[in-house]
Amino acid sequence: MTVLSKNTENTPSGTREYLTFRLGEEEYGIDILKVQEIRGYEQPTRIANAPEFIRGVVNLRGTIVPIVDMRLKFNCSKVEYNSFTVVIILNLRNRVVGIVVDSVSDVMELASDAIRPAPDIESAIDSSCILGLGSVGERMLILLDIEKLMSNVDMGLVASTE
Amino acid sequence: MHAILTVDDSPSMRKMVSFTLTGAGYKVVEAVDGVDALEKAEEHQIALVLADQNMPRLDGIGLTKRLRENPRFKQTPILILTTESSDQMKQAGRAAGATGWLVKPFDPNRLIEVIQKVIR
Amino acid sequence: MADTHGGSDGDFDLTQFYQVFFEEAAENLDQMEQMLLNLDLTQANDEELNGIFRCAHSIKGGSATFGFTDVAELTHKMESLLDRLRRHEITPIPEMVDVLLESADASRSLLARHQAGDTGDAMPTADLVQRIVELAAGSSPAAPVAAQPAVAAPPPVASSAAVAVVADAPAAVAGSGERVLQLKIGPVDNLASVDAVKELFRDIPGLGSIEDQPCAEPQYRLFLVKTHSSNEDLLDLMVFHVSKEQVQILEYDAPSAVDRTASGSYDPDAGLAEVAIDHVQPYGIFDGAPGAPGIAAAVAHEGEDAKPVAVKTAARPNMAQMESTSIRVDVKKVDQLINLAGELVIIQAMLAQNSQALDPTANQQLLAGLADLDRNTRDLQEAVMSIRMIPMSTVFSRFPRMLRDLANKLGKKINLVTQGEATELDKGLVEKITDPLTHLVRNSLDHGIELPEDRIKAGKSDQGTLTLSASHQGGSIVIEVRDDGRGMNREKLLNKARERGIDVSDNMPDNEVWMLIFAPGFSTAEQVTDVSGRGVGMDVVRKNIAALNGSVEIDSVEGVGMRVSIRLPLTLAIMDGMSVGVGNEVYILPLSSVVESFQVNPADVSTVTQGSQLVKVRDEYMPVIELERVFGVPRTEGDKRSDIMVVIESDGSRVALLVDELLGQHQVVVKNLESNYRKVQNVSGATILGDGTVALILDTSSLVRKSR
Repeated sequence: MTVLSKNTENTPSGTREYLTFRLGEEEYGIDILKVQEIRGYEQPTRIANAPEFIRGVVNLRGTIVPIVDMRLKFNCSKVEYNSFTVVIILNLRNRVVGIVVDSVSDVMELASDAIRPAPDIESAIDSSCILGLGSVGERMLILLDIEKLMSNVDMGLVASTE
Repeated sequence: MHAILTVDDSPSMRKMVSFTLTGAGYKVVEAVDGVDALEKAEEHQIALVLADQNMPRLDGIGLTKRLRENPRFKQTPILILTTESSDQMKQAGRAAGATGWLVKPFDPNRLIEVIQKVIR
Repeated sequence: MADTHGGSDGDFDLTQFYQVFFEEAAENLDQMEQMLLNLDLTQANDEELNGIFRCAHSIKGGSATFGFTDVAELTHKMESLLDRLRRHEITPIPEMVDVLLESADASRSLLARHQAGDTGDAMPTADLVQRIVELAAGSSPAAPVAAQPAVAAPPPVASSAAVAVVADAPAAVAGSGERVLQLKIGPVDNLASVDAVKELFRDIPGLGSIEDQPCAEPQYRLFLVKTHSSNEDLLDLMVFHVSKEQVQILEYDAPSAVDRTASGSYDPDAGLAEVAIDHVQPYGIFDGAPGAPGIAAAVAHEGEDAKPVAVKTAARPNMAQMESTSIRVDVKKVDQLINLAGELVIIQAMLAQNSQALDPTANQQLLAGLADLDRNTRDLQEAVMSIRMIPMSTVFSRFPRMLRDLANKLGKKINLVTQGEATELDKGLVEKITDPLTHLVRNSLDHGIELPEDRIKAGKSDQGTLTLSASHQGGSIVIEVRDDGRGMNREKLLNKARERGIDVSDNMPDNEVWMLIFAPGFSTAEQVTDVSGRGVGMDVVRKNIAALNGSVEIDSVEGVGMRVSIRLPLTLAIMDGMSVGVGNEVYILPLSSVVESFQVNPADVSTVTQGSQLVKVRDEYMPVIELERVFGVPRTEGDKRSDIMVVIESDGSRVALLVDELLGQHQVVVKNLESNYRKVQNVSGATILGDGTVALILDTSSLVRKSR
């Protein structure tokens, strides 16, 4: 388990740090400030009648945190749970939630001018949650508004009446 | 340095006065009413007393009388800081031995000026 | 904020003190209200009057200092009235208490508006001010806008025997005719700052008029003022903007002697005024006073001997202002403490579980230490939970006022009795029980207690009694609302239920009939009063109580009265639970809902229509709920089948839950599932088991409802 410290003292202004991870064929980046820690996968307590991609809830040092398997949500190919399975714990405005992804890469610094708007790219993820495309060398990162994505009703965390 | 004893049953007023005085470099001792003030006066070195008039147990005028009875405080400047503005009250204050009667709301700068004039 | 200081105060930011002032003012207003309600008008006690005066005075001082002139001006008027009362210059009458209570309310509302950032309109206070002024002058005012019927009922809670008499016409302020004055203000550095004085005349209705006049002296301003108010009053008001030493009032044209009977006068000795001012140096320092600058020798205090008297005194504390042996703590800090204690309980449980497998002889010290830890953790937990416990009196305290106003409105007489005010309850519960209780109290007063003449006809005293009580019983707190009113009519309720299509039988036991009033839309009131009776209240009351894991029971005898009993668990955060196993999963049931458990005999189970099952328990048939089905628990081959039934009860109904096994009973720390996730059906929360995993706590009332 790695706990990431949220200090931005070393970031020159105009740039932001993104945590990058793989999901299916794509590589994504999310604002590092929303990431609380990265953990291995532990069997959550199942919640009846929840969608399949919501695996259940776990105990994170006393807080009950739901675990969402993004691989299932975005229809990636076969899903396994083993010692390499990684969970990103997000600390968002209204909640703490864990997401299961294929793998976590590294933290990249991107200047705002290195980010291009995303044309209507084919992505499993709703384009309104895509902030833009960032390129670092050969890699192309799809930058996500993770806050918006997780509050989306179809992510199952928010009741439709909220 | 000797301290200013500020007496008021209202915590927010006490805080405000303390803040004003410490901002001007004075040391402050707080008391919640006249009785508490008498105890604090014994315990600390007091250069000036700044008291509200309307307080439970012992009010400003009562406190002034008691302090003046004690040789230690016969000449200590005692300023009553209060919303009471009637001349009758002022006279009573004067008769009890108060050094001055200041009416609230007070201008912090002015309060400091008055204190500077009388503090020893 | 309005600039109420004569000079600049730009170096000092007062806003950081606002919050403390708001809290303080709220406490003072509460205290003032309590004291006003308890005031015995026939023999008003000096200490009480002084106490009430001091509350108003304190709020006035603070509001003036912080620039909340609207509150300062209102409380200033209240203070004037109270000052006359405490000096026995006027006698207390119920209208005074009324107007002071209303003014306290108005002050609250004005302060709340300031606290919220001055949004929206401020409540107008001119009417209140007018009434206060008239009362203080000793004349009977016109009836306030919320008109009372011609024969007014005496105030319900105070024991005053005075009957309110409503005057026919508004009386003018006694005595003073309009006066014309010249007002000279100065010396001031900033002449424009004196404009604030002019604004007084604009903002305060009835104060009078003010006109600029040419003034030769630099640093001075001159005005012509026409007013009914006394000089004292004017000075008191102006003191918010300029200091008294800067104001000179001269009679411009004195047709008659200046009348000093106007309200708020602290100073009957007009003669003293001129002399006093001369003796005061510009800074408010007395000439020749001890401690004043330039005084050489000590001035012997007239009449006092200079004896070395010990200054310490043993004065008794005054009743109205209590010695504080408590400290204010932010609720967030308390909650954090409770969370941490809860964590400790969980970790300790985990340690206990993991140490079960250890060899006792080889680990004697460790195990002994863990046993000690267990005890200490329980003690700590209890102590921490008790921090959040506050006495029921905080809930009960709103009722005297509410009842007084309501009884007046309905023309009924009521005596409120409270019992068990010291009984403690978790703060979270207090907040949630207040609304349901309020509704029940209103209900009693509106529908239960009869009008005085009806009560007399029924052979009762004309005054009804409403009793609120709280007590600890077992692991719960029981709160009761009892009245000696007309009670409920069984037939009426049954008929009403039939009208609404609710299935009832004539043989229904009484206690079930009374529970009908909780059905949605149920109200047997002939007219819908605006107090209650719209039929939306009682079912919400029951829902609110159920949401707190509580239950409610009613007892009633027609013609005699009614009693509503609410039973609540002592705290929301920790609960006694029973764990049950279904498949590989563990679920927790609140022990308070569990009636019994047994191994089921298949012969006792019968299947009815639509596949639902009933089980026979002694002489009763009750529905069966298979937890495996409700929660979709995955099953593997060779799994132990469910054959244990746990009977749970909620809202008077029973249901049997089918589970695999009983795992044990223990205290559980209740965690909120909704904070990071969302509301899950049939689940009321979650907890962390000794092995660190999460278990869901079942919502027994929703499970029971499901079976209907």
